[in-house]
Formats: sequence, structure tokens, C-alpha cells
Amino acid sequence: MTADVTLSGVSHNFGDFRALTGIDLQIAAGEYVTLLGPSGCGKTTLLSILGGFLEPTSGAVHIGGRDMTRVAPAKRPTTTMFQDYALFPHMSLHDNVAFGLRMAGMGKAQRHAVADEKLAMVGLGTSGHKRPHEVSGGQRQRVALARALAVEPDVLLLDEPLGALDLKLRRAMQDELKAIQRQVGTTFVHVTHDQEEAMAIADCIVVMNAGRIEDAGPPARVYRRPATLFTADFMGEMNHLPAKVDGSGATTALGTVPADGIRPGAATVCIRPEALSTGAGTLDLGPATLRDAAFFGTHIRAHLTPEAAPGLTLVAHLPPGASAEPGTRLQLSAEPDAILVYPEDSP
Amino acid sequence: MMRAASWAYLILAYGFIYLPVMTLVLFSFQGSGLPVPPFDGPSLQWYGEVLGDRDVTDALIHSLTVSLGSSAIAVALGFCAAYGLARFILPGSALIRGLLIAPITVSYLIVGLGLLIVLTNAGLALSLLTVAIGHVVINLPLAFAIIYASMGAQQQNAERAARDLGAGELQVVTLVTVPMVAPAIAAAFFLSVTLSWDEFIIAFLLSRFDITLPVEIWSMLSSGLSPRLNAVGSVVFLVSVAGVLILELLVLRRRRA
Amino acid sequence: MTGARSGAAGWGFVAPALLWTLAFFIVPFVVMGAMSLATLDGRTLVWGLHPDNYVELATRAYLWRAIIVSLEITLTVTIVSVLLAYPLAAIIAFRVPPRWQRLALLLAILPFWTSYVVRSYAWLLVLAQEGIVNRALTGIGLLDDPVRLANTRFATVTGFVHFFVMLLTLTIYANLVQLSPNYRRAAMDLGANAFQTFRHVILPLTLPGIVTGAFLTFVLCIGDYVTPQILGGNTELTVPQVIMVQLGRRANFPLASALAIVLMGIVTLAYLGCARWLRLDRI
Repeated sequence: MTADVTLSGVSHNFGDFRALTGIDLQIAAGEYVTLLGPSGCGKTTLLSILGGFLEPTSGAVHIGGRDMTRVAPAKRPTTTMFQDYALFPHMSLHDNVAFGLRMAGMGKAQRHAVADEKLAMVGLGTSGHKRPHEVSGGQRQRVALARALAVEPDVLLLDEPLGALDLKLRRAMQDELKAIQRQVGTTFVHVTHDQEEAMAIADCIVVMNAGRIEDAGPPARVYRRPATLFTADFMGEMNHLPAKVDGSGATTALGTVPADGIRPGAATVCIRPEALSTGAGTLDLGPATLRDAAFFGTHIRAHLTPEAAPGLTLVAHLPPGASAEPGTRLQLSAEPDAILVYPEDSP
Repeated sequence: MMRAASWAYLILAYGFIYLPVMTLVLFSFQGSGLPVPPFDGPSLQWYGEVLGDRDVTDALIHSLTVSLGSSAIAVALGFCAAYGLARFILPGSALIRGLLIAPITVSYLIVGLGLLIVLTNAGLALSLLTVAIGHVVINLPLAFAIIYASMGAQQQNAERAARDLGAGELQVVTLVTVPMVAPAIAAAFFLSVTLSWDEFIIAFLLSRFDITLPVEIWSMLSSGLSPRLNAVGSVVFLVSVAGVLILELLVLRRRRA
Repeated sequence: MTGARSGAAGWGFVAPALLWTLAFFIVPFVVMGAMSLATLDGRTLVWGLHPDNYVELATRAYLWRAIIVSLEITLTVTIVSVLLAYPLAAIIAFRVPPRWQRLALLLAILPFWTSYVVRSYAWLLVLAQEGIVNRALTGIGLLDDPVRLANTRFATVTGFVHFFVMLLTLTIYANLVQLSPNYRRAAMDLGANAFQTFRHVILPLTLPGIVTGAFLTFVLCIGDYVTPQILGGNTELTVPQVIMVQLGRRANFPLASALAIVLMGIVTLAYLGCARWLRLDRI
């Protein structure tokens, strides 16, 4: 069971506060989408509108081609996995999972069989008789997933589903969520503020800020060629260089870089720490002095002061075997396709 | 449909809840001598008569004295017990808590009857003092429970910090603990005042010559319906409402803090 | 000695409240128990282990009758109050916009703080032969002549229900709002309609709160003297009324004490019933 989702011109106001402004988004059937952004960016509001818990101030929601804008949650082909899981504390895990089927009027024997199957799918086949308070947070999360999937929705909505789990468990659950989504084929829309989680799990990342969509696309594209400066910063650490764009490219204190298609004027040049390399490269950025460094296992994270611009500090990821004595003089370079240029008034 | 039914129910419920109070207050302004329709006021004569009645004003002062005095004692005892139980490891603390809370579960009539038997057999004359003793018995559990519930781990850390910085036991209590649980202390005090102010049966059983306002109203009742009763009842209601509003403001302020 | 939390100082803090409770609650209670086993010889009190009072309770019809009347009134009041208060609390919690809820609740329980005596007197006014209700009913032609409303069991029950609807609205409301709104959302999301959400999710989750409120209602109602005395007239007496009669007219402390002990016994039974039931629900 799966369906595509189309949002057209969705806006929502809470009193005077504009929580969402003109959201247009297409989600393909069977896709795993994450809505990513800082708290207050509107991602949870958007999820509530998809689930039918909020009616948008304007705009329309279509699921599987049908207009769902004003349809109640119970009548939508969506289910929600809530941030606090909202497992019914007075029912066994088994009865929790079977609840939606019971409401749909399914017979006792049949719904028990389905509930057992769904519990087995999330690895809790033998714990069905327990109450929610008798199992761990990670297990509750799995029950919530099984309960939401038991009614075979076309679209599953997940509100920060891994937020309450510790880091290690969260990484493990990401893989499992992804595997389950592949198995059932349902469209998943997953809200998170953790960009690593988004990249680990999504087919498509939708980056949101201040009630608008900043960028939407596959993780690699959104990370490497972000559409906006906000997205560039939110997806990972970024070095900023003030620049001026003219016919020859973007001129910074460290030299001129290509800036095709960027209109002339003030701009920001961005380079990810891992895109800065030492020694000769296609694009020479001049010498720099290493100020301090920390060992991270896969790389050394170093703060560098370029000689051409002593007021700037750059962050670079050096190979784990590199010498990282403070005061070391390095020659910096980068590949042109790793360099991003954003005009100054870019949002 | 559901929505309309809900609002209709809400209006009916408020109507039921306010019917007696509104009737009481309205006919306290009655012009003639019977507090039943038709209304022929407004007139303030009954308020004048009631407030000029020595018995009523004496009873009012007695009620204020008893409620403020008994509440002060109940809150002081309740605070100390809460502090002792929350901050020290005492053997049988669960039993002590149960014992302190126990009077809540017994009806006021039985508390009053027990005290009446013991106090008269001990040769103690019934007076406002014995009423106050009874009111402390019924308000102490509430004061203790409210203040005990407010003594969390957060305060305990602040107390440890104060002790670490050289404060003595008394200084810790007066300079750190009391200010931190002040909202709970105030809430307990005003709740206690309101309950004591309204309490009838214990005050009735344990008093003789000096009586409190509810007992005075009770004796006025024996002469039947009268706008004087409406007037004095309205005054009692207003005082109680003022107490509740103070309590509400305190709670609201604590919420905001 | 910083941080030393020895017991000795702790006892110093606990002792005053503990002594007060022992002296003015536990001791009177024990003495009342002993008193219920004493007997009267003429007007002289004779201490001892006499079962006379309990025998009298078991054999004298008017004493028996009082226990039945008290139980009937209390059970009626408890059930009616819960049935009226639950919808009111639910409407305030779920239909009234959040910013108005606190005010709506405050308004719903404000008359709770009118004194016992005054509140019952006010109902007497409302229900009197010439009172507002009779005037309204005859005025709109529903009745030809005023009916007797005051000084009946109906009046007693009305007075009690008025008080306990406010109390129960408060406790049930507190129960409803502490439920995560996601429980309701989850139920509706999984296809439950409003009634099913109430039946399968809201009601079971608020049941412990309802039972607690109902128990409180039972305890306060069965022990109250003022409301039946003012509103009920003297055609039937409740246990507290009989206790006061024994105290006042005859100074029969032993019989009054025995009645008080019976009252306590009923409350204890009610508590045991609720506790067992509650535990069953939690498993």
C-alpha cells in the first residue's frame, strides 16, 4: 500500500504567526522523505497538515490523487507515529498494534494474526502480552511503528521518531526503519532536526527554514550542491569567504574562483572542510599556518590562518597521518567543483 | 451538532451551578421581608441590619481569628513535618506520612465528636481555642501534603550548596528552603483559611459562648427564610471568593515563574 | 557536619505535627472506640466492654433505617454527580479553547467555596414553595400549583449533587488534561470515531481518577450533617443526623460513638472495594 503526495501552495498561520508559507512539494509513491530543519521551522506543522490534525489556512493536500485537505485523520490513508509514541498504557503491546484493525471492524482472530505478524516484523514477536511501561524506549518505538503500519496506510508520517533514543540506538534504528520501509513499500515522511539522520535514511531530503522549503533533493546533491546558503550551513560545517563577483569570477582574499551564473556584486564563497586539501591542486589558495588541531579517528580537524587574510580562520580536515604541530606551514588548494558561491542577499 | 450540544450542556451546567448563588445574592437586595419572588429591591437595608448586629460582627471576627490562627499553626506544623520527612532519613517515614494524612479520610463530624469526648473529659472548657484545635487537625494534612509535594530534589541541591557555603541548619531553612517553597506555603495557608472560615460542624460541636460565623448563620436559620440570611451569606461568599482569587493569583504567578 | 542527615534533627522537625495528630486525632479516635463500648446507666457513663450499643444498632429499626437512608442518598449522589460532571469536565478540557479553560474551570467551581450552611440555605430558597423554581414552573404553565420540593430527599440530593458536581468536575478535568493529546490523535488516526476514542482510550485512562473522585464524594457525602438537616426535613434521618440527635437531646455519647464507628466501617469497606477494583484495573 503506497501513494504519492502533492502539496500545493500550503500556508498555515497560528494567529499572527506564519508557520508555513507557500509550500509546494511532490513526493513519489514509495519514497522515503525527511523533512529537515531547525526547531520552529514548520516541519512538524507540515506533518500535522499531512496527517489531518491541522487544516491549512490555504492550499491543498492530495494523497494518491485525491483531495485530502479537509478530510479527518481517521478517514485518511495516513497514519502517524508520534514523537511520544502515544502507546495506550492500559493495553498490551498486542492490543495496541491491533487497535486500528479493531476500529476497522476486523474480526478477533484475524486481527490477532495481523498484530502478531507486525510485532514479529519489528522483532517483538514474543512480547505482545506486555504493557508499554514494561518495555524499553527502543521497543516502544518499534511497537508504535508496528501499530501505525498494521492498518496498512499509504503514507506513514513519523514525527521525530528517534528523538527520545540515545545516539547508538538511534543509528541502529535508522537502518532498521529504512529496511522496513523497503520491505513494506509505503511512502514514509519523517521529521527530524538531525542532518546525519536525514542523510542516513532518506531518498529525498526536504530542508525547511522559517516556514519555507529551502531545498529538496537526494542527500548527496543537497550536501554537495545545496541550493541556498542556509542549506549549505545546515547540512554540515562550512568555511565562509567574503567575495565580490564580477566578469572574471568571485574574487576572495585567497584568489579568484569560478562563479558562473552568479550575478555580480557581494557574495559568499563556501568550501567544506573536507574539500580543502594540502599541497598542489587545481585551484591554489596560498599558504596558511596551522593554529591548532584535534584527532577524530578518520581525520584531523585543524584550524588554519591563511597568510593572505590573517583575520580569517579556516577549518580543514587533514588526513589522519598528517603532521599537525601548531605553527606548521601548509599549502592549501581545492577542486573547483567543490566550491560554492552564493550571492549576498541569498536567503 | 455535537458542538451545539456541548455548548448547550455547558450553559445548562453553569446555570445549575450558579442558580443558588445568584438567588442568594439577588434576594439579599430584596426590599420586603421575604427572600422569594417577586423581587422588589434593590435595597441595602438587610446589609445595614446585619452589619449593625453585634452577634454577627462578633461571629465574623471570631471566624477570622480562628481561621487565621489555626491556619498559621497548621502551616507551621505542616512545613516542619514536610521538611523533616523530605530531608532526613527517618525510620518508618511511610507510616508517619500516612499518620499525618489520615485525618483527611475521616469525616469532620467524627473528628469533632472524638475531640468533644476527649476535651470535655479532660476538663477543658469549650471555646474558640478548642475550635481552632479542631481546625488544625483537619487542615494539617492538607498543609503537609501541599508543602511536602513542593520539596523536590532541586531545592535539596540548593540547600546542600548553602550548607557547603557555611550556612547553619536554621539559616538553611529560613534563607533557602522557606523562600523556595513560599508559593506552596502561601497556597496551603489560603486553602486552610478558606476551609476553616467555612467549616461548620467542628465549630458547632466544639464551641459554647463565642461562636463562629457559620454557627451564627445556623442559629439564624431556625427562624426561617429571611433576607438577613441572604445578606450575611453573600458576605461570607464574597470573602471566600476573595480567598480563592488570591490563591489563584499565587498559583498563576508560580506558573509563570 | 555539612550534609549529615542524621535522624535526630529530623525527629525534631516532625515531632510537633506528629504529637498534634496523636493527641488530637488518634487519641480521640481510640477514646471514641472505647466510648462505643461504654453504656449509660440512667445519665451516668459506665466504661467497660458492653456490646449494648451495637446490639441496639442491630435491633432498633430507626437506627437501621438511618444507615439504609444514608447509603441510598450517598450512592444516588455519587452516581448522578459523576454522570453530570464528566461531560462538563470533558467539554471544558476538549471544546473550550485552551486560553479560556482556566477561567471556565474557575467559574465552574467558584460556588464550591460558599460555606456549607449558606449553600444549603440558598437551595432552600430556590426550592421553597414560593421559590424561583416553583414560580417558574407555574409561570410557564407546567404546573398548576407549586409542588413540595424543599424538605424532601430530592432537595437533599440536589444540594449534594450541586456540591459534588463542582468537586468532580475539578478532579476529572485535571485527569483529562494530563493525558497527552497524542492519545486522542493516535486513536482517531487509527480510525476510531469520537465515541470509540472515548470508550476505548479516554475512559479507561481516566477511570482511576473517576474512582478516586467518586470515593471522595462517597466519604464526604455520607458523613455530612448540614445538607440533609437543612434540606431534607425530618421525615427520614441520615446517620450523621441520628448522631447529632443522640448528642444533643440525650447526651448519649456511647450510642453516638457506636454510630460514628459504623460510619467509619462503611467508609473503610468502600475504600477496600475501590482499592481492589483499582488494583485490578492497573494490572
